[in-house]
Amino acid sequence: MKIYLDNGATTKVDDEVVKAVTKYFTAEYGNSSSIHQVGRAAKEALENSREIIAKSLNAEPEEIIFTSGGTESNNLAIKGIAFANKEKGNHIIITKVEHDCVLNACRWLETQGFKITYLDVDKEGFIDLEQLKSSINNKTILVSVIHGNNEIGTINDLEAIGKICKENKVLFHTDACQSFTKTEIDVKKQNLDLATINAHKIHGPKGVGALYIKKYTKIIPLFHGGGQEFNKRSGTVNVSGIVGFAKAVELANKADIEKMEKLRDKLINQVLKEISHTMLNGPRKKRLCNNVDISFEFIEGESLLMRLDDQGIEVSTGSACSSKSLEPSHVLLAIGLKHETAHGTLRMTLSKYTTEKEIDKTIKVLKEEVAALRVMSPLVKD
Amino acid sequence: MYTEKVMDIFRKPCNIGEIKDADGVGKIGNPTCGDIMELYIKVGKNKDGEEIIKDIKVKTFGCVAAIATSSILTEMVKGKTLKEARKIGKDDIAKELGGLPPQKLHCSVLAHSALLKAIEDYEKKK
Repeated sequence: MKIYLDNGATTKVDDEVVKAVTKYFTAEYGNSSSIHQVGRAAKEALENSREIIAKSLNAEPEEIIFTSGGTESNNLAIKGIAFANKEKGNHIIITKVEHDCVLNACRWLETQGFKITYLDVDKEGFIDLEQLKSSINNKTILVSVIHGNNEIGTINDLEAIGKICKENKVLFHTDACQSFTKTEIDVKKQNLDLATINAHKIHGPKGVGALYIKKYTKIIPLFHGGGQEFNKRSGTVNVSGIVGFAKAVELANKADIEKMEKLRDKLINQVLKEISHTMLNGPRKKRLCNNVDISFEFIEGESLLMRLDDQGIEVSTGSACSSKSLEPSHVLLAIGLKHETAHGTLRMTLSKYTTEKEIDKTIKVLKEEVAALRVMSPLVKD
Repeated sequence: MYTEKVMDIFRKPCNIGEIKDADGVGKIGNPTCGDIMELYIKVGKNKDGEEIIKDIKVKTFGCVAAIATSSILTEMVKGKTLKEARKIGKDDIAKELGGLPPQKLHCSVLAHSALLKAIEDYEKKK
């Protein structure tokens, strides 16, 4: 039995999505810019999908721009707003726990004359609203705060942040790749000017995302070409992928969220209870319904990951060794973890397909494998 | 990313543990990069009267590569004379494993340094 607990990385595509997508590969394969029948059919599917996605965010259809995914949407939001507003100011505020694509887009903007403030987070991963307020100055053009943190599951209060941005007349963007369909996003209530979402985290296809851009917001496109997507994202539109994206949004439901929350809490509670020297990262409440992130003292994450993998359990680490760099995760360091604790951290992310049986097996195997690695560890003293 | 040999050794590492009355101990590590090793040796003599590593044990906190390199090193030097053991280079360890990913080569450096430190410790105490 294979147990996939890495749904924060990507998810299995829902069978219904596969069915919906296939039609637009083989039967309705037209280019949505063409005006003949098959083109019009593609255009209709595109606009239906746009409506479904707009509705899920309480946005208007013309405010949804389809892209190739989260990375592109975040780059378009940050660079597009920066260059459209450079006469107004050159200051952008983000947090220390953003996804790499936001962080690295901002680091690059620093080389182009922009100033970036990286907000701190508390030990649960929340930003401090007072620090946000005091960081805004007359050069600030954009605030970008991740909605649901991809590593530790923290859900930031978009409404409170949006209110501050509105009062100070700065644009507000959120990277909602992990939280989309899992917790409420209401662009009007939360005063969002831009929001990044994508398909493959919600059982849709890879290579499709969207950026919500509030009406009348000036933005410089990343791609220039045929003027697709309201002149904001040129390139032949990925109709099949977008149809799959919309289908995945339609399939998302409250019952699945509640099921994930229940299993998430079981996994957290049992691991903390049955394995000593463990610690949950991120908050208990205001946490993504599918995210579990636990540090195991005295052992290293990659070793634990590979031992679980041998038993058919697929998870990820917050450890350096999972990537090419040797530095532990910037998110875990930002919440104040020591390096060796950060190195011993596992992220387990559930989906609607996760079963209680799988969670029980995971707890059992974790117990055994953590014990086996601790026998080898020089950090354990008897 | 890892060779089958690395994975096999990682799954069943050898000579894990401590030697309570060790003749030499080498502790090395860097929590920042996530690897810590403690290597224990017991020194004896072969029939020619040369000093040999009679027993060796290691404890490792680290990734797959760290565990595999420390384990294979113990196997490579067990029974060898101290002179032979000193001659084993960090590249020999990686070679014995069928190679390591470039970002993991520092693990073999670490295991190698732990061994040299243990021998040094033994000679200082002698």
